Amino acid sequence: MAPLTIPLGHFLSVAAILFTLGVLGIFLNRKNVIVILMSVELMLLAVNLNLVAFSAHLGDMVGQVFAMFVLTVAAAEAAIGLAILVVYFRNRGTVAVEDISLMKG
Amino acid sequence: MLIQFIVFYVFAAVVVGSAFMVIAARNPVHSVLFLILSFFNAAGLFVLAGAEFLAMTLVIVYVGAVAVLFLFVVMMLDINFVRLRQGFMQYLPLGAMLGAILLVELLLVVGAFVVSPEVDTLAAPMPPVEQQSNTHALGQLLYTRYMYLFQASGMILLVAMIGAIVLTFRVRTGVRRQSIRAQVARTRADAVELKKVVSGAGISGSL
Repeated sequence: MAPLTIPLGHFLSVAAILFTLGVLGIFLNRKNVIVILMSVELMLLAVNLNLVAFSAHLGDMVGQVFAMFVLTVAAAEAAIGLAILVVYFRNRGTVAVEDISLMKG
Repeated sequence: MLIQFIVFYVFAAVVVGSAFMVIAARNPVHSVLFLILSFFNAAGLFVLAGAEFLAMTLVIVYVGAVAVLFLFVVMMLDINFVRLRQGFMQYLPLGAMLGAILLVELLLVVGAFVVSPEVDTLAAPMPPVEQQSNTHALGQLLYTRYMYLFQASGMILLVAMIGAIVLTFRVRTGVRRQSIRAQVARTRADAVELKKVVSGAGISGSL
């Protein structure tokens, strides 16, 4: 019933590895906000891959509709995040995460 | 059939490898370029899964907009990346441990789950490709049943656009700009002045 000939588990495994790499990237690059944002993008890509794989496996279009909304929100998030980054750099001259703790009591 | 598997594994290997390089590269510019490569190959995986429209959207939106935005920011800001790299090795054991746990858990879930056989009432059954293309089917859902969500995502993009502009807009002080309003508002009265100069006295006294 579905055009997917590659088993679903293969797609899900790739998405799982991608998601794990995203989490790992946040842990390893604790100081670099730009790489953290890129890691978040990787995680969102993994989620999209899952949605599309399930959509193809079940033969249901709604998964792809949802993946498109995820794509939209991810694009908006990247734009806002980078804008905040630019403003922060302009004010403080650095983007190190450990310096972004002025609001801490 | 076999060639499909080969293509899948090539795409998957490049996606995973470039995703690893995104988080491991020393130079953030290289990270962004590997992110672009990773998105390209993920688009290939989407095509293999039969989601052509999403694959093209991924290439256009991510490679064309988001990744270039990242590249702009990385190259525009003069950031000391050497300092940001410090502590990379310090977080490696904890990060690798947590990552390994998460990966094992996810793979166990992937290996053990089965789609419930009761799931036969699909929300929106995919039409056969011969009858209707993927883009057509997606549009038919998006513009009818999910119209409000579609509009809402448009509003999200609008808010993001306005937010980004408001955040990064700044009025520079001390810059001499052309003020068209002031130029147009000038009248003859405050631009030209007629002076009665006494003959032979010069103009120094009358100014």
